[in-house]
Amino acid sequence: MARKPTVGVFKFSSCDGCQLSVLDAEDQVLPLLGKVELRDFLEATSTSAGGPYDMALVEGSITTAEDVERIMQIRRESGTMVALGACATAGGIQALRNWGSMRAVEEATYPEQKTARAMEKSLPVSDFVKVDAELRGCPVSKGQLVQFLATVVRGAKPRIPTNAVCFECKRAGNACVVVAGKIPCLGPVTADGCGAICPSFGRGCYGCFGPSDDVNLESYVSWLESKGVKREAVEGLVKMINSNSREFREWLERLG
Amino acid sequence: MVDTGPLARVEGEGSLRIERYGANVCAVQLNIFEPPRFFEGFLRGRKVEEVVDIVPRICGICPVAYQVSAMNALESLFGVELDEQVRRLRRILYLGEWIESHSLHIYLLAAPDFLRVPDVLGVARIDPDMVKDALALKRLGNGLMTVVGGREIHPISMKIGGFHRAPKRESLLEMLPEIDRLRETTERMVRFVFNLKKPSLKREPVLVSLRNPDRYAVDGGDIVTSMGSRFPPSKFEENFVETEVVYSNALQSHLKDGTPYEVGPQARFNLNFEQLNPVAKEMAKEMGLVPPVTDPFQNISMRAIEAVHALEEVRLEIETYSRPAHPSMPYQYKAGTGYGVSEAPRGILYHSYVVNVKGQVERAKIVPPTAQNLARIEEDVRLLAPRIMKAKETEATRLSEMAVRNYDPCISCATHFLKVEIADVGKDKGRN
Repeated sequence: MARKPTVGVFKFSSCDGCQLSVLDAEDQVLPLLGKVELRDFLEATSTSAGGPYDMALVEGSITTAEDVERIMQIRRESGTMVALGACATAGGIQALRNWGSMRAVEEATYPEQKTARAMEKSLPVSDFVKVDAELRGCPVSKGQLVQFLATVVRGAKPRIPTNAVCFECKRAGNACVVVAGKIPCLGPVTADGCGAICPSFGRGCYGCFGPSDDVNLESYVSWLESKGVKREAVEGLVKMINSNSREFREWLERLG
Repeated sequence: MVDTGPLARVEGEGSLRIERYGANVCAVQLNIFEPPRFFEGFLRGRKVEEVVDIVPRICGICPVAYQVSAMNALESLFGVELDEQVRRLRRILYLGEWIESHSLHIYLLAAPDFLRVPDVLGVARIDPDMVKDALALKRLGNGLMTVVGGREIHPISMKIGGFHRAPKRESLLEMLPEIDRLRETTERMVRFVFNLKKPSLKREPVLVSLRNPDRYAVDGGDIVTSMGSRFPPSKFEENFVETEVVYSNALQSHLKDGTPYEVGPQARFNLNFEQLNPVAKEMAKEMGLVPPVTDPFQNISMRAIEAVHALEEVRLEIETYSRPAHPSMPYQYKAGTGYGVSEAPRGILYHSYVVNVKGQVERAKIVPPTAQNLARIEEDVRLLAPRIMKAKETEATRLSEMAVRNYDPCISCATHFLKVEIADVGKDKGRN
């Protein structure tokens, strides 16, 4: 039998939720971990064996100069690099600071601040190194994560769908919250994976999984306006978890 | 010098450094190198309705705590009285988080220390049934959060005044057989935890927790201390001060006179022992655990007792739950400052929001439990230092890591909030 693939799990700027999703896959976690050689996973193990890694799972966004060096080092030591969740794939919620002059505020109010150092912007892993696969979400979908890992462990090529949330919402049998309730919802422009939980609870999607394939956000927002939904309400949803993903960012930039 | 390097099996990233000159320990530093995320900064200008979706992202381990403290703050400002059943639902969701977080800590993060293995896979090799127990308990906690909250990490159902949708009574009743089955599991967990060979440390910490007249405080209450004081959440910032430390990205909290204090299971257990569910209280007594218990290495025992308590309470809450006619109450914006607290699994989580008449956040302040425990953790390590210094290197590292892990520190939480302190200092608040 071939040797077990070596795996490292790494954290950058984040809430730990995506790593926790690995441990939250209660029934599958032991069989899965048993099929790999876990060389680094700081949240779960004292073992720190170091690279090289057949696969690196990376949670969190890049926000400091040290982060940049560390992600490049991990890249050099890794076969496949997988970005886990909204922080690693788009800069995460902390990328909201990219939209204001946080540094200016910081320096103006506390010029002597010496310890906490962060770069101007919170950025995705792919802005610095080549990323081979991305699992979206805030947090990632446990189902997608387990399926992805199981596929990789078997040596097959994983397929990660990015249909719109609407597909899952229809399958769940929900009435459309926009049509029925004039509630702003990003479902038509957001990648699926969550199971359309927000519309299932009678509220609009706020884009945890980032843009779906080939979105035309402006066209959708114009249509929403024709239904009586205010543009500002949609802006609040777009400028939330994935504001720095390309499609969402470009739309927000055009708003000025 | 002992330098642990990055600490494993804690949430977030930090390291511990102990310096010695001759025979004397001269410095203990818990260095938090997790970068700050500036939540209070980007909360400014956001609509109050968005807060419930933003703040849970501070911590993937205790998102409900963030949501409840925030809702307590905003609902008290707007004068919203919650429906009794809505309150009950919030507690079910919150107790689910306690069960999940406590079982994660006990079995996956702390047990490996006591069994001298690197991780849960090592535990599974020693006692596979125990790991099955752990995962079953965790799954139940996650299941409760999913039924009420839509998902276990960053739930989506809560809003100001209640919930977007309340689950049907039957959906919760379906959980009861599993809860009953797990009563035996938690009893085994308590015995396992009590039988662990633990180090011990004598000390007299100042303990701080919430107190609720009706029940063991979880989703709100007044603040009480082991020194006998009691005050409402709005007086939090008058009683505790935060200071910046040069070696760390996290602030540290102290009492006004500079004394460190402790929040979390040990504080709650000692201050609210009489309010524990009878099943949990009896189990604690049977194990010989009655207040005062001030040994930090007993924190894991109190977490186990609290897990029993949470399981019993969740059962009672579900039995008395009926689906509310309206899942949420209406409210109107009001300018002013709202204060909110709740007992996160790791201790008091404090939020305050200055809100304008348009319903926008003008200023936010969040003090997570781990920031409040940091100074106390350093003090514990200082007290343990003579023992740490005498031990061989691997044992020294294990002992000092355990002293940190007693508090189940959540470093992701502790560093997010540096920004607001910066903002406060330049304006209306002095620094001690």
